[in-house]
Amino acid sequence: MFKQFEPGKIFSVTSKAPKYVLFLFIVVLSIGLVEGLIFSPKDYIQSDTVRIMYVHVPAAWISLGIFSVITFLSIIGYIFKFKNLFLISKSLAPSGFVFCIIALVTGSIWGRPTWGTWWAWDARITSMLILSLFYVMYLTAWRIYSESIQVFKITSIITIIGIINIPIIKYSVDWWNTLHQPASINILSKSSIHSSMLFPLLIMTAAFALFSLLIFLVKYNTELIKIKNKGLDRL
Amino acid sequence: MINEIIFMNGYGLYVWSAFIFTLLSFTSLYVVIKYQYIKEKNKFISKFGKLNSERAAFAISQRINKEILSNSSKI
Repeated sequence: MFKQFEPGKIFSVTSKAPKYVLFLFIVVLSIGLVEGLIFSPKDYIQSDTVRIMYVHVPAAWISLGIFSVITFLSIIGYIFKFKNLFLISKSLAPSGFVFCIIALVTGSIWGRPTWGTWWAWDARITSMLILSLFYVMYLTAWRIYSESIQVFKITSIITIIGIINIPIIKYSVDWWNTLHQPASINILSKSSIHSSMLFPLLIMTAAFALFSLLIFLVKYNTELIKIKNKGLDRL
Repeated sequence: MINEIIFMNGYGLYVWSAFIFTLLSFTSLYVVIKYQYIKEKNKFISKFGKLNSERAAFAISQRINKEILSNSSKI
């Protein structure tokens, strides 16, 4: 089954894809920005600060999603000793980390006019900060360890410990009394967000997902070329 | 209309700084990742150019190497 994912075959696709993804990303982002900054209504309590949601929420969602995918791929990769899954995980991490930082910084900017403070050691914010530290540990492990078996083991351990934090982030607003508001969008029950705000939010989420795909593709190609560079040294 | 978009009822500074920070982060990450890609690709092309004909023929027989070289003009 894994022979279908042979690097040579994958590279022929991933090397051509970034230009199309970049074009699509620019188009979707432009629509999202116009919808989010101009056409969407302001909130009756938060006024125009609610527009920060269009960058803060998608960044947080994608950051959590990427870390979950990295963990899943690392576990599968470690069990089946499939190196390519580790390369995919490594290539996903930079965008996941940047999205986590964006969620923290934009949340802090949103907190100032809404709560009157830039930062609070609130359960949701603190658990999100912990996630960013797990991303830092994960990315640092790839830089420190040169031996592949060692780095696969260390990064798998980091992600397995880090994944415990994901449900904590998700349910922190329900489990503890926090400054952060509860989720407005629920997949299983009725969402409390109006469709006029949900539409730009989904567009921006799609744009952010395309951006992480773009970064993943370019980074994955770089990693494959790095391996091939080492191969040329051995010839 | 323009003033409304810029000042956003006194919250323009917060809203615009959040959006600008996001877009700057996107640009910085893309530039760094793209730079690393171009650097690795140039390193590959330079190493490949130094191979003798026999080794070069062996290297080009691998599909991925051929793909990397065929894309080199599109950097």
